[in-house]
Amino acid sequence: MGKTIAEKILSKKSGQDARANDLVLASLDFMMGQDGTAPLAIRVFEEMGGQKVAAPEKVAFVIDHNAPSPVEGVSALHKVMRKFAQKHGITLYDVGEGVCHQLLPEKGHVGPGSLVIGADSHTCTYGALNAFSTGVGSTDLAAALISGKMWFKVPETIRFVCHGRLPQGVYAKDLILYLIGQVTADGATYMAAEYAGEAIEALSIEGRFTIANMAVEMGAKAGLMEADEKVWAWLKDNGISGNFEEVKPDPDAQYAAIKEFDVSQLEPQVAKPHRVDNVAPVGEVAGTPIQQAFLGTCTNGRLEDLRIAAQIIKGRKIHPGVRLIVAPASRKVFLEAMNEGIIQQLVEAGAAVVTPGCGPCVGTHNGVPSDGENVISTANRNFKGRMGNRNAFIYLASPATVAASAIAGEIADPREFL
Amino acid sequence: MEIKGRAHCFGDDVNTDYIISGKYKFKTLDMKELAKHVMEDLDPEFAQKVKPGDFVVAGKNFGCGSSREQAPLALLHAGVGAVLARSFARIFYRNAINTGLPVVECDTSEIDPGDELLLDLEKGILKNLTKQKEIPVKALPPFMLKILRDGGLVAHFRKYGTFKLD
Ligand code: SF4
Repeated sequence: MGKTIAEKILSKKSGQDARANDLVLASLDFMMGQDGTAPLAIRVFEEMGGQKVAAPEKVAFVIDHNAPSPVEGVSALHKVMRKFAQKHGITLYDVGEGVCHQLLPEKGHVGPGSLVIGADSHTCTYGALNAFSTGVGSTDLAAALISGKMWFKVPETIRFVCHGRLPQGVYAKDLILYLIGQVTADGATYMAAEYAGEAIEALSIEGRFTIANMAVEMGAKAGLMEADEKVWAWLKDNGISGNFEEVKPDPDAQYAAIKEFDVSQLEPQVAKPHRVDNVAPVGEVAGTPIQQAFLGTCTNGRLEDLRIAAQIIKGRKIHPGVRLIVAPASRKVFLEAMNEGIIQQLVEAGAAVVTPGCGPCVGTHNGVPSDGENVISTANRNFKGRMGNRNAFIYLASPATVAASAIAGEIADPREFL
Repeated sequence: MEIKGRAHCFGDDVNTDYIISGKYKFKTLDMKELAKHVMEDLDPEFAQKVKPGDFVVAGKNFGCGSSREQAPLALLHAGVGAVLARSFARIFYRNAINTGLPVVECDTSEIDPGDELLLDLEKGILKNLTKQKEIPVKALPPFMLKILRDGGLVAHFRKYGTFKLD
């Protein structure tokens, strides 16, 4: 009987014939902690009696969630991370480098066939490069730092086959919001998702990151894609060469379900407050006034996203009633966007650009909305209180929809601005 | 490992913020302090009522939300013996096993508040003593039982220095 991508990667890394629902102990290729989770992992590491990090070259800490630090308490935690990283020879990406999920691929730490954990729920992002990557807690990370390993329950897989090409003005974000709306926020709990089909193949790697990033919003453990020529070309363009080996699912692999969609008529989608699976076509919410717009995050803060937004915004002005906040996903993205004149265009139109990193996504700084305000955001979560205020309303959409809405002062269909 | 206690029942989608509200979890790493506020938004008296070994009983998707380990730790420090639910969110499930909190998937629809329950983790048997009924549970794999028996992954690593699961 054939195997899925998840079963194959976990078989290889555990040295066992791993099948769905088996438990395996597997060797990790890379592990990551960010400033919300690494400090606790360091404490647990010490409680466990950890002396040495098993493979420091396979570890990175990223200071991105509260960067630069807004308060003393956070500064102290950042210091703990820096000290630990230095002591154990771990790579530390400090303030201004960018969001963890942009940095790990960009810096060449992950690639086809890799097995990766991160103490952050959106670690599933690297599935776009054919890596099995998943979010874990601080104790898992601590144990992995000591042993280089982690236990996994091998997930069953749901395969999503997306036929047709996305129409003009409709992007990867619209596609994944639509899929989440279809299967709901716990529709893939404990499973892996495999994404395939013409619509996925036609996407850039950046678009594919957006899809894999949100696999966890349907409850999935990992969001996986095959490594086609585009993946290898992307690695090469970024100067990445590693010991990577692509993993394809077998034609007779066993799936929990295969779901097929024709996306050639898809419209721009919006997730309404306060659930990611509360999804509607943009027409249904168009006209909703907004006070803040946010372009950034590990979902949609990449160069392509900024480019799409700038194309819409260029030569226009942000609506006077709207704050547009932009957080490039990494320093590299920031620099490239500067070179292309994108940052100039956004700032001239009235945008506020903040440090590469998570920005206001997780609600600790950089743009906490006020009571009763509506925010349109390119992020991946719109839970109550997510951006730091339980009385605000968050709508999730593509960079194009966010840009169009920032100009209109209300939720707007980006196709009218192209 | 036998666990005996009374049932405290909750509904579907109990998220990590309901288990321990963000306003406490960012303030302190003192688990005893956090335990005083566990489940407070759903049942303000829960922390006072719960006795060592008692069960938290819930519907589907228990523990959804953030990956913070304060959620299982707060339950554990409040004295909760095990959580029974129809299904668990993935990261909570891992964190529970890793921190030494037994979690068991089963049909919880016929358990009522106050029912006395007996769980034998090793044998994978759950009995509702009040209703004199046995409830089928998904037995925990030896792998996870071993971690639970050691008292969680920290204690396991203290003992063996690495994963020792066979
Ligand atoms: S950008 Fe938002 S979702 Fe992504 S890692 Fe940062 S806080 Fe999490």
